[in-house]
Amino acid sequence: MTTLETNASTFPVTRQRRSILLLVPVLLLALAVLPLGLSRYHLGLATEMLIYGTLAMSIDILAGFAGRTSLAHGAIFGVSAYVVVYVVSELGLSPILGAILGVIAATLIAALFSLVAIRTSGVYFLLITLALGMIIWGICLRWTDVTGGENGLRGDLRVGILANPRAFYWITLAVAAALSLAMWRLVQSPFGLTLRGIRDSESRMRSLGYSVQTHLFIGFTVSGFFAGAAGVLYAFFNSFVSPTTVALAQSVQGLLMAITGGIGTLFGSFIGSAAILTLQNVVSSYTERWQTVLGLTFILVMIFAPQGLIGLLRSLVQHGRRR
Amino acid sequence: MNFFQLLNGATFAALLFVVASGFSLIFGLLRIVNLAHGALYLIGGYLGFSAAMHSGSFVLGAVVAIVAVAAIGYVLDQGLLRFVRGHELREVLLTLGVAFVLNDMALVIWGGDSFTVPIPDALRGGVRIFGVFYPKYRLFVLGAGILIFIALMLLLQRTRLGALIRAGVDDPEMVEASGINIRRVFLLTFVLGSALAGLGGLMGGAFLSLYPSADAEILVFSLAVVIIGGRGSLVGVAIGSLLVGMLNTLGQVMFPELAYFVIFGPMACLLAFRPLGLLGRAA
Repeated sequence: MTTLETNASTFPVTRQRRSILLLVPVLLLALAVLPLGLSRYHLGLATEMLIYGTLAMSIDILAGFAGRTSLAHGAIFGVSAYVVVYVVSELGLSPILGAILGVIAATLIAALFSLVAIRTSGVYFLLITLALGMIIWGICLRWTDVTGGENGLRGDLRVGILANPRAFYWITLAVAAALSLAMWRLVQSPFGLTLRGIRDSESRMRSLGYSVQTHLFIGFTVSGFFAGAAGVLYAFFNSFVSPTTVALAQSVQGLLMAITGGIGTLFGSFIGSAAILTLQNVVSSYTERWQTVLGLTFILVMIFAPQGLIGLLRSLVQHGRRR
Repeated sequence: MNFFQLLNGATFAALLFVVASGFSLIFGLLRIVNLAHGALYLIGGYLGFSAAMHSGSFVLGAVVAIVAVAAIGYVLDQGLLRFVRGHELREVLLTLGVAFVLNDMALVIWGGDSFTVPIPDALRGGVRIFGVFYPKYRLFVLGAGILIFIALMLLLQRTRLGALIRAGVDDPEMVEASGINIRRVFLLTFVLGSALAGLGGLMGGAFLSLYPSADAEILVFSLAVVIIGGRGSLVGVAIGSLLVGMLNTLGQVMFPELAYFVIFGPMACLLAFRPLGLLGRAA
């Protein structure tokens, strides 16, 4: 067992699943009117959930559909955030240009990482992406002239319409929805099906004439693009980046969200992100030991619910039916 | 690079060997990538530091570090990892969770300050070798690293347990089929590997000092060593440690801000040609 338990089948969506998709507009509408009834604080939390959900989803593309669990995505996400803050606050360029450069930087880093990592699978892939992510962390920590070292970079990015929390939430929702749609289209496309084929059997896909390396390279790079886009949102949301933004904990938290939501469910990432951030929020009001709780949650999920909340519910339901 | 820096690289390599050999033993035999290894190093260092401070004895500090971390390793294997056996990725991610918990607990107990394990008087000061004045303690670490390498080689090549471990790395089912309780060998290896992390923590704590992110740093170095050297090969670990130790020293001298890059650049190039490391074999 070298991949995580995935909920994504080898075949594209069935008609039954399609009917569920009709719920999407309803859900989006509900999310769109949400800010009208939320306090400023909770609105910020909801915005954060959308951003991290997008990051978790980018991890899920690889983990659920290509069978490659990455621990570098937090770093890719963070690089994009660093670039945005640096470009806007240090170089004084426009936020739009910052956003574009941030996404480009993340995509380039992902392409570079994938050249090193795609030759491996399973635990080796995890280790190499972990080490690659740590390089980014090391550089952000030590390259003080550019990254500000441990103090990080601060810049007031929320100018104009972005300063309004509601407007920012709506923009985030629109961007996250567009990105999710793009990711969903990606995994349903022939390209996505090929990735699933690679996940299930690399040798079979190779003998069918598919280039496994090329598909994984593109898959990793595209997934990095989405992580970078989430990083841009985060930069504007937070207006501050520090080595913590690119640390291993960021990748781990993103992966935990993807797993909690259910690997291979894609949209489950938002459920995972909501669950983990809610937990973080509740825990923080009692104790400062969030890292311990994060670690414990990880241990418990790995032991009891590796297929995530959706998978857990599904297996409970099936268990009930069998009785 | 002058002789002084060469020695710095070699002594750092010796420490890396002690830590990474434990990591590689566990990875090679149990196929578990123990991402809590860095946290075990840090906890070993902190416990050894506290014991050495209170008793004034470096040796007692070493004993405490080794025994306590071996015990944590035992609990980790028997208490948690047994629930996810056979699922490689779940095992790895579980140890990652453990690393987070241990690191945070260490922060609660010892705080965010950095500590240095007190060196015994006999190892204080420096000696003059080949024209350079060099700290005695670092030479001691180099010697200890070499001794541990020899001891582990003897253990693996000359004892029954070593034979079982080597056989287990190649084919655990076959060992089990010949009437050996392979689980016991696995457990012993896990405890031994953890103990090496604890010992490394004490040794490293005396010249690199201990601070909250030291666990992540040593873990990344160990990862680099094992990725370069290959899974489960002691000689591979030795070569990997020397390479990483030297590259790190070179990097710190030449490009202090990009020292990490100097280690991982060559590692990435190597992986492009040998995905399983220099001496690694396919599982």
